[in-house]
Amino acid sequence: MAITSIKNLKEFSTNNDRFEGAHTLCPGCAHSMIVRELMNCTDDNLVVAANTGCLEVSTAVYPFTSWDTSWIHIGFENAATAVTGAEVMHKVRKKKGRLKDNDAPVKFVAFGGDGSTFDIGFQWLSGAMERGHDFTYICLDNENYANTGGQRSSATPVGATTSTSVAGTHSYGKKEKKKDIVSIMAAHGAPYVAQLAPNKWKIMAKGFQKALETEGPCFINTVSPCCTEWKFDPKDTIGITDLSTDSLMFPIYEIIDGHELNILYRPKNVISVEEYMASQGRYKHLFKPQYRHIIEQVQKDVDAKWDLLQRREEARI
Amino acid sequence: MAVKFDLNEREVWDGNYAASQALRQADVDVVVAYPITPSTPIVENYGSYVGNGYIDGEFVMVESEHAAMSGCIGASASGGRVSTATSSQGFALMAEVLYQASGMRLPIVLNVVNRALASPLNVRGDHADMYLGRDSGWIQFGAFNAQEAYDLALCAFRVAENHSVRLPVMVHQDGFITSHTAQNVYPLTDEAAKKFVGEIVPVDDMLDFSRPVTYGAQTEEDWHFEHKAKQHKAIMDSRSVIDDVFTEFKELTGREYKRVESYDMEDADVVIIGLGTTVETARVAARELRAETGIKAGVVAIRCFRPFPYDEVREALKNAKSIAVTDRSSPGGAMGAFYNEVSAAMYTSKNRPLVTGFVYGLGGRDFSIEEAKRIFTEQQAHADAGYITTDIQQFSGLRGPKLGFFQTDRS
Repeated sequence: MAITSIKNLKEFSTNNDRFEGAHTLCPGCAHSMIVRELMNCTDDNLVVAANTGCLEVSTAVYPFTSWDTSWIHIGFENAATAVTGAEVMHKVRKKKGRLKDNDAPVKFVAFGGDGSTFDIGFQWLSGAMERGHDFTYICLDNENYANTGGQRSSATPVGATTSTSVAGTHSYGKKEKKKDIVSIMAAHGAPYVAQLAPNKWKIMAKGFQKALETEGPCFINTVSPCCTEWKFDPKDTIGITDLSTDSLMFPIYEIIDGHELNILYRPKNVISVEEYMASQGRYKHLFKPQYRHIIEQVQKDVDAKWDLLQRREEARI
Repeated sequence: MAVKFDLNEREVWDGNYAASQALRQADVDVVVAYPITPSTPIVENYGSYVGNGYIDGEFVMVESEHAAMSGCIGASASGGRVSTATSSQGFALMAEVLYQASGMRLPIVLNVVNRALASPLNVRGDHADMYLGRDSGWIQFGAFNAQEAYDLALCAFRVAENHSVRLPVMVHQDGFITSHTAQNVYPLTDEAAKKFVGEIVPVDDMLDFSRPVTYGAQTEEDWHFEHKAKQHKAIMDSRSVIDDVFTEFKELTGREYKRVESYDMEDADVVIIGLGTTVETARVAARELRAETGIKAGVVAIRCFRPFPYDEVREALKNAKSIAVTDRSSPGGAMGAFYNEVSAAMYTSKNRPLVTGFVYGLGGRDFSIEEAKRIFTEQQAHADAGYITTDIQQFSGLRGPKLGFFQTDRS
């Protein structure tokens, strides 16, 4: 059952706590905020799977675990498959009356970083979405392989420097555009797909609840600013997230049944991409004269995407 | 409630059909699978049993073998009975997750219809996939015909789900030779099979929310070694459980299985030790050769490839003079893996017989009775000379000039 009292953050944050604070994520990492919100927004039993990544290596180091619920990690790529295997077994055992509490509602959730979601686990995720299991997949998108020292993924934005898209005298960093994972997941015909952010915590909690309550495969991409690899002060995580949503680098929206698009947050004062980029060390080189045109190029792309989202919302297609 | 499936006392089944009937009778809850020749019919049949109400489980066809085993892991950690099937490239794609299934101590039963590994692409049977699984921490049974593919699949659930074992089990059968050859099979009644296999009693059940469990935690140099050592001990200790299950199965059916089986070994001087259908060929050759020449030929078969039965191999071969170990997998720059296992067992024996290795039958190349006789005869020559008179490693049944490597040091 969904938790209804989400008006008060203090109350909400301590509700039904099934994700322990004793983990080894970096100070200032947004992952734990997102995970905690998911775990707190429902009273239902949870089976959680995680791909290999920051979240996984920081929350289940033997003999400790941060998870006060059923949790499984297999490999880098297959959390979606692991959790849907559990979902199928739940269906069979329920049918046969072989569960300890046969009527207790259970929700199935998989977490992956952007590396395991956009890249190495893409096939496993796509397969699980196509099969129509009743589960929710949440991508913790920090736009790089942070767990292994900050390599580029196909979620890394244009212009960011990473250890494998290095900015220097002959390069402005990553050249390829970020993969549009939200559209790809919506194109699977998923009943609920969204992009959410932890600074807009009420919108995020409602989105999570909607996904958990929607029957079928749901996908949510969450912005998870990474102080270590984006290079900002750990105390500024939510401030950086504000800049990401208010610059429209990360627009907040949902797509229902593959076509019905709703924008969930419209910034009152849209800030520039330049201001967003200036807040992070990974874009520092773009402020050199020879690379400034990249900032303009990204601004154009962001404007075009926002325009498209608004037109899709208005047209209801 | 499942629809009753009518069975005759004697059926004519191929190995694939036999394995799928074992899955039906074991009341497998979930099969997560991806099809690959020659094992495809096993999972197709399970799917058709679900589709026609003969079983109350779920069949999930996923997008790859890696996902198939990943889904099996998620399902098995959720406390029900799980099985699947694969071959060859599919087995190779699964390899990463095989280690995770055994590391998490999940009682999954995997039917492996052995097939060569590319390149060159080949759909026929050899043991390259089986060998690829040998360090994966799975128990590995070998069936030599359709009846055994059925029997051993039933036994596999009993061993895997035993609480002192809790390890996944592979049941191997040879691609096409066993999987696609229709033979007489005597199945148990559904009632007898269900009673023998029993109901699964889950351990660390993800769907028991009164006791949350964490699967797949991380360990580094502080604890990883202890976990792997414990896992190794578990598979070594499974030997007595396997023996007990085989004994119980014999009491029920009259069909006897041992981890190592011996044929015409009472007075044998020369021996072929083998895996899979080769054993049946070698048995015929040994009998014929005894009648034709008086050469005292015998055959030793490995029923349980992992845990490897060192003691039983040494015991079975203790009076042999010369042994031919047959490896149906390309060793890629070494002696055959099976050769090495048998040699290791025999090195600590009192009489230390001569041990030669034969790489044979790759990509489904036929292993004939004549070739088996030639190998026995050659072993007799070694026994008479007191040393290995040929290359220690030979390729048997190869076109063109002979290929062999490594000789006895007689200096």
